[in-house]
Parts: sequence; C-alpha cells; structure tokens
Amino acid sequence: MISVSGLIGQVFAIALALLLAPLLAGWVGQCRAWLQSRSAPPLLLPYYMLHKLFNKDVVLAHGASSLFRAAPFIIFGCMVLACAIVPTLSTDLPFAPAADALALVGVFGLARIFIALAGMDVGTSFGTLGGRREMLVGFLAEPALLMVFFTLAMIAQSTSLPTIVETLAHRELVIYPSLAFAGVAFTFVSLAENARVPVDNPATHLELTMIHEAMILEYSGRHLALIEWAASLKLYAYSCLGLALFFPWGIAPGDDFLALVAAIPLLVLKLAIGGFLLAGIETVNAKMRIFRAPEFLGTAFMLAVLGLLVRLLLEARV
Amino acid sequence: MSSIPFSAQLINLFAAAILLLGFAMLAQRRNLALVNLFAFQGLCLCLATLTTAISTGQTHLFYSAGLTLALKVVALPWILYRLVRQLNVGGEAEALINIPTTMLVGIVLVMIAFNVALPISELSQTITRGTLGIALAVVMLAFLMMITRQKAISQVVGFLSMENGLFLAATSATYGMPMVVELGIALDVLVGMIILGVFFFQIRDQFDSLDIRHMEKLKDN
Repeated sequence: MISVSGLIGQVFAIALALLLAPLLAGWVGQCRAWLQSRSAPPLLLPYYMLHKLFNKDVVLAHGASSLFRAAPFIIFGCMVLACAIVPTLSTDLPFAPAADALALVGVFGLARIFIALAGMDVGTSFGTLGGRREMLVGFLAEPALLMVFFTLAMIAQSTSLPTIVETLAHRELVIYPSLAFAGVAFTFVSLAENARVPVDNPATHLELTMIHEAMILEYSGRHLALIEWAASLKLYAYSCLGLALFFPWGIAPGDDFLALVAAIPLLVLKLAIGGFLLAGIETVNAKMRIFRAPEFLGTAFMLAVLGLLVRLLLEARV
Repeated sequence: MSSIPFSAQLINLFAAAILLLGFAMLAQRRNLALVNLFAFQGLCLCLATLTTAISTGQTHLFYSAGLTLALKVVALPWILYRLVRQLNVGGEAEALINIPTTMLVGIVLVMIAFNVALPISELSQTITRGTLGIALAVVMLAFLMMITRQKAISQVVGFLSMENGLFLAATSATYGMPMVVELGIALDVLVGMIILGVFFFQIRDQFDSLDIRHMEKLKDN
C-alpha cells in the first residue's frame, strides 16, 4: 500500500540525502580544522570538488576492465538505496520493505565488495593492499553491526527499520541499558566503516596507513566524483541511522506532512551536533596501527553482544 | 516493560555501567587509566546503592552508599594513584593472554554468570533482583583480570573490583549486608590495600620489578 504522501516523503528524503551528504562531509572537515587550530576549508568544498570532478575527463588505466568502470555506479546506487531505507525524516517509507536492517548490512557489504574488487582490478599494489585492508575491517565490523541490529530488533520485535524507529520514538520514557551498549558499539562500527580516524584517516595519502584512499587511487573524473559522493552518502546514512536509532525524537510518524517539514531543521541540527562530535573524536584519538583494528572492532562486537545479553537479563521480563 | 518501575530501571542502568567498566578494565593496558576506571566503577556502585536506598527507604543503605563513596571513589583510588606515581608504573601493563581473547573469554563468563543467576534471582523479591547476574559477572571478570595480569598493581585493582561485584550482589539480593559486616569488610579492604602497598615496595626492592612471575623463583634455602 503506497500512499502519495509516503511517496513524496520518500523522494524528498532521497533528494535531501543527496544534497546534505556533501555538506555533512564539509562540516566535519571544517570542525576538524577548527579543533586542530588550522584555518578551515570552505564549508562547500565537497560541492566544488564534485563540480570540478564531473567536468574533468576520465583517465582509465590500460588494464581496467568493465568492472572498474561499473563499480562507481554500483557503489553510488547502493548508497542511495541505503539512504532511502534509513528513516531520516519520517517512518512512512514505501522503499523500506525492499530491505530490512539485516539486508541494509548486505547493501553496505555489496558496495564494499565492489570497491575492493575495483581497487584490485587495475592490478596496482596499492589498490590490492587497500582492498585487502578494507575487507579485513569489513569482516570484523559486519558481525558487530548485525549484533547491534539484533538488540534493536529484540526491543521492537521486528527487523524492519521504520518499525524499530517507530517503536523507539513513540514510547513512554524507559531506560534501556542495552541501548547504551548498542550505541557505543554502533559508534565504533561507524568510525571503522566510514574510514574515520582510529581506523583510517580520510585525509591521508600515506601508503603505509591508507585504506579507503588506496583503493580509489586509480579513479579520476566523474568516476571519482561518484565515489566521493558515495562516501559522503555513506557517512550521511550511518549518521542518520545512529540518530534514528538512538535519538529518534522528532522523526515524523508518517502521513503527517507538517511533522515532516518540522523534522528537517531538527535533522540538520542533530547532524551538525553529530558531525561536530565526530570531528572531536577524530581530533582526540590517534590513528591506530592496522593490526590494532581487530581489537577495536572486537571491542565493538563484544559491546554489542553484551547489549544483547543485558537485554535478555534485565529487560526481557514484561 | 512498563511493569518495571523507574527506580529499578535506573539501578539496572548503573549495574550495566558497572559491567561495562568491568570490561573496560579487562581491556585497559595502562595502569593509571585502570585506577580511573576503578574509581568510576565505585561511583556507579555508589549511585546504584543510593538509588536502591531512596526507592526502598532502607536507612542503612544510605550509610553503605556513603561508605562506598568515601572508600572506593576517594580513598582507595587516591592510595592507588600515589602508589602508581611512587612506583613509577603508570605505563603499559603486560597481559598473559592478548586482549581480544581475554574479552571473548569474558563474554563467555558473562553468559555463564547470567544463566546461573537467573533461577536464583527468580526466588528473590527485591526490586534489584535483575542485577544479581551482573554482580556475579563482575566478580568473574575481576577473577579473570587477576588471572591474566602479571603486574601486582593490576591484580590488586582486580581484587578491589571483585569486592565491588560482591557488594553489588549483596545489595541486589538482600538490600545489603548488616552494617557491622559491611563496616568490617570496608576496614578489611582498606587495611588490605595499605598492606599490599607496602608489599609492592618490598617486591620491587627484591626483584626490581612488580612482575609477580619473579616470585616463582623463591626457594627456601
């Protein structure tokens, strides 16, 4: 049953994601620069970058196969789908039945596999190295993310994201200790998945440490633009997911158009605060060695399992 | 969910925080940070006891909360700080097993503790009965920490954290022990801490290190 207002809300949410995602990336970069007492780049820098890259010609490596050319579009498509599933403004999303929380992990996984394959496709050593590291981080982060979703699914009795957010947003005030565990675990996973500082540095091109950048070194022109845009969309999707799951207040309950409009400034405000906190985390932490990443993500997994156990012990008795 | 009163939810939250801090101590490499975490655990314990006291109106629980605050949040961390500073062992603490493995073992221990505590807490009538499993888990995690650490300081912090777990267990199962017992235990812990502090200096004088593996070489000649 697809209502017109739902469809409008859905299209609006996707358009907002496409527009806001580079802004969020720019805001995080600006906060980082402020906190590290450097002079900040302009807030709209990611838009300039995208504009510049879309106007440039694509240079392809000699050995590049069709996979190399298709990968940016697949990755971009995956991220747009992810942004469409995550309830950002309202919980009435006609696209949401396409994928529940578990399938969302799969959508992120699909994008990851293609970016790793594309990195290996050209055959440079950096691309292969980056692809391997990305898969290492990914296979450790995914179970932790799944555990977080299991905890939430147990609270809401459903794995559908709109239902979970609906349950959490419109309830009487109940303290869920399990959500605290899940929230910390989710933060760890988001940092790792979005190539943020304790695991990877989005601004580095130092060969020993880069993960995400190593895979996309061979891309140029509109392909690179799509990948950069997809990366900011991923950050946006994860931020919105975190906000929707752990701070769900203000998300419109569905067919209420006024609430939908009211949800926009609130979302922007929450994203601004979240972006500032992210920049803070990136400033106070040093990048860890790649071999410490399993420990970091192991901690995330452990916290998520603890959340599940605490949920079973403390909150299951109704 | 609505059947659980708000105070019980608060107590559950603090108990969960105590468990989380127990895990953080297990994962912590630096001695100074370990002492910080121990102080935080004491604070959470104090708040949990205070909430229980307010919601049940048991006066002696107020005293135990105050005792916890004075002893475990202020006095013991302060003594430990001084020891760490004087012994100059703020840095890395060696663990026998690597940290991720320790944490996995820790999760298994938590599962066992939760399962063991579930039938026991069914018998109890207190509003805090849910936290009994957490208390048991904290005790077992502290045990694990004492087993896997080599340095005397982190073993002592593990011992003190175990006492935190026992205290939580007493509060959650029966609203705390009689005042005399509690005072006795508090005094024991304090005196034990002071004696162990003296021991640290003796161990270091003897072996130039706080690594207790050296003590395996002790022989009666």
